[in-house]
Amino acid sequence: MTLTAKDFKSDQEVRWCPGCGDYAILAAVQSFMPELGLEREKIVFISGIGCAARFPYYMQTYGMHSIHGRAPAIATGLATSRPDLSVWVVTGDGDSLSIGGNHLIHALRRNVNIKILLLNNQIYGLTKGQYSPTSEQGKVTGSTPMGSVDYPFNPLSLALGADATFVARALDTDKPGLTEVLRRAAAHKGAAFVEIFQNCNIYNDGAFDFVRDEKENRLYLKHGEPAGDTGVTHDETDFAAAFELSRVTIETHGVVPLGVFRDVQRESYDDLLAAQLANAKGDGDLQALVASGDTWQIG
Amino acid sequence: MAKRVEQLESVVIRFAGDSGDGMQLTGGRFTSETALVGNDLATFPDFPAEIRAPAGSLPGVSGFQLHFADHDILTPGDRPDVLVVMNPAALKTNLADLPKGGTLIVDTDAFTERNLKKAGYDASPLEDGSLAGYQVHAVQLTSMTVGALKEIEGVTAREAERAKNMFALGLMSWLYGRPVDSTLEFLEKKFAKRPEIAAANIKAFNTGYAFGETSESFAVQYEVKAASLQPGLYRQITGNTALSWGLLAASKLSKLPLFLGAYPITPASSILEELAKHKAFGVRTFQAEDEIAAAGAALGASFGGSLGVTTSAGPGVVLKSETVGLAVTLELPLVIIDVQRAGPSTGMPTKPEQGDLLMVLFGRNSESPVPVLAASSPGDCFYAAIEAVRVALTYRTPVYLLSDAYLANGAEPWLVPDIAALAPIDVDFAQPNGEVFQPYARDPATLARPWAIPGTPGLEHRVGGLEKANITGSISYDPENHDLMTQLRAQKVAGVQVPALEVDHQEGADVLVLSWGGTYGPVHAGVRQVRAAGGKAAHAHLRWLNPFPSNLGDVLRSYERVLIPEMNLGQLLQLVRARYLVDAVGYNRVTGKPFKAGEIADAVEALQ
Ligand code: SF4
Repeated sequence: MTLTAKDFKSDQEVRWCPGCGDYAILAAVQSFMPELGLEREKIVFISGIGCAARFPYYMQTYGMHSIHGRAPAIATGLATSRPDLSVWVVTGDGDSLSIGGNHLIHALRRNVNIKILLLNNQIYGLTKGQYSPTSEQGKVTGSTPMGSVDYPFNPLSLALGADATFVARALDTDKPGLTEVLRRAAAHKGAAFVEIFQNCNIYNDGAFDFVRDEKENRLYLKHGEPAGDTGVTHDETDFAAAFELSRVTIETHGVVPLGVFRDVQRESYDDLLAAQLANAKGDGDLQALVASGDTWQIG
Repeated sequence: MAKRVEQLESVVIRFAGDSGDGMQLTGGRFTSETALVGNDLATFPDFPAEIRAPAGSLPGVSGFQLHFADHDILTPGDRPDVLVVMNPAALKTNLADLPKGGTLIVDTDAFTERNLKKAGYDASPLEDGSLAGYQVHAVQLTSMTVGALKEIEGVTAREAERAKNMFALGLMSWLYGRPVDSTLEFLEKKFAKRPEIAAANIKAFNTGYAFGETSESFAVQYEVKAASLQPGLYRQITGNTALSWGLLAASKLSKLPLFLGAYPITPASSILEELAKHKAFGVRTFQAEDEIAAAGAALGASFGGSLGVTTSAGPGVVLKSETVGLAVTLELPLVIIDVQRAGPSTGMPTKPEQGDLLMVLFGRNSESPVPVLAASSPGDCFYAAIEAVRVALTYRTPVYLLSDAYLANGAEPWLVPDIAALAPIDVDFAQPNGEVFQPYARDPATLARPWAIPGTPGLEHRVGGLEKANITGSISYDPENHDLMTQLRAQKVAGVQVPALEVDHQEGADVLVLSWGGTYGPVHAGVRQVRAAGGKAAHAHLRWLNPFPSNLGDVLRSYERVLIPEMNLGQLLQLVRARYLVDAVGYNRVTGKPFKAGEIADAVEALQ
């Protein structure tokens, strides 16, 4: 049976606010899923808490809506023990860069075979609009009436700093660009980190208009070619180039790089662990183990 | 000339020295030799949390107590009969435990002015007459060791000095007629990469042994005959090893691969280290970035059909509680092991306590019931682990297994189990049957929901932390449904089948001593003392703390008085009083040391 986007829609009513960027991302992911060439039962979506974290409920796959920030940890256990599955994490900027920051960087460092989609809307939506670790400094929100004083994270720089083997960025409404990034992430063996700019039209509307609406500001990265006027020749295997491009913003260069920043091969955690299991000495004889060491007979 | 041999029924020896003196190794080897004799035995290693506290200081003292006997015993002994001290600090911190008339073996070479000062002695206790009440054997342990090793090439003076613990072990091995071959083999193996060090240690050991034979200071050799234990093959085992092997057994019995998520923490780390050795059993060990991820990964593995386990001690278990709450509502199996240590907060990492009972029962948001059981001895950790897994898998629930620092490191002889005789644990993953899959439909007998693992076609479903509609598992905010689901989760845990409480009753006893967890040994030994002195007491030991055995209320009400000794301020006591309206009293001490049988006996007698 050839699957279509429709086969990946669950029977649950989608409950994001009308106009939310999450709808477009869900649609793009559902249309992309058949390309994986996997049966639905082999696919698992895991999320934490937040607006984005409702994602698994809407996918006709296996799924878990878990704990705030912990999805990468839970996915690590699943992917490591079940290498036959395609495991996806859907998270937000608060979920994975604030409360779950530790799990994100360690999943990337270990290169666990999971695909992480970070829906970045630069705000806490589900709790009604407090600033997030990606909100710009000076953001006036319910919890920062005089403007936020802390400096934001650059998610891509952070992921690169954690030595992620695959780092990319896409836009919620740019279906072809997003689909291409999903395709590349899925093909990557190991941890893939994808930041998706997502408009929260209720609490942070227009945060990404400079690249959603103003298409001329999009800088699509092409491996081996100069990246616009940045002076960087894009090379997906070159850490320095990827990092430099991660610092390119609308403020610094008047453009926003999109696409794959880094894609390098390194053995994944689950493969390495599986190899240790396969090469472990001994025959797993429990009776021999419990009777090992200094023993003595009575009677 | 052969020396006189005296028979003893039981002996308690304590080795005490600086953390760098190798006391744990010495005690461990003496234990192995003793096990080979066939004595019953119990050990209590007691060491500082610091890896190397300043040499010669009081906090740097490390001790190892061993009780062995020609009959069955339950504890490492209240007080030593023989105290071996390697320096003044060890004497200072341990002498109070040695009864007057007890035997004291001292390395006099370590009693230098500097060491005396570090231990806070103004004058040497060896010379000021303060040890007059003890049988003191002053031995120049260090210098005799160094002297004996002079001829061994490639051994530095410092290395020679460090072999003094083997001199002490040799001497003690002679004194109690222990077999020496296993120690010699052990040393050869341990130092295989440095044969000169192996030779030095063996020489030191043999010199100590010969010293006992020839020195006039030791006129008598002692013998403790083998105990008549249940026939079979024995080995000695510590609680953490037994627990690890119990998990391996449970994995085999359930035919599920074991996934352990853990973060290093005293005194639980050795479970992670033990299981990491056994990848040939299909075990995946995951050293996580933190306690939260350790629990989360185990739950993720469990979602995928593995046997998910996470291990820690109290300070780590608090961090896991959100994951345990998720497992409660996901109704997925998860085993959480809490090797309890003294708290609050960091507390005393290497010291045992029973302070986490109420935390594991209630330390989660909202109504979040979890079955809880506790192991009663080092060897019992094996069986307790299997039982924890059986309940987790059968009822699809997180289960807490409590151990403690005393069980974790303490050793006892262990009848090697017949693995083939252990009951299998049946696990049925849900299979498609052509109907719409209902993730929260329940087995009427256990109230467990189906466990449908990814990879099963047609059973794709979503679970999550939001409240679920009964049967369908869809998100639900319906008030009546939430009430129903809360009741169902509670009923499921309340309905976990646990064995009836067994009472060691004594005709005419009207006092019941009710204990739980790692205090079994000293509490039962205390009850025996009461009986030996002509008193009467019954004893019952709880394995399951949630749910309680169904006959617990009847048992409690059939005694006039109930004493609940706990190494906390009365946690089980509170539960029992609230649940059964029984006027039980507590005996509560939190010293970081296991109970002594004597204090339990005193507490029982005070109630008579
Ligand atoms: S609050 Fe914002 S992010 Fe959340 S669903 Fe509504 S629009 Fe989307």
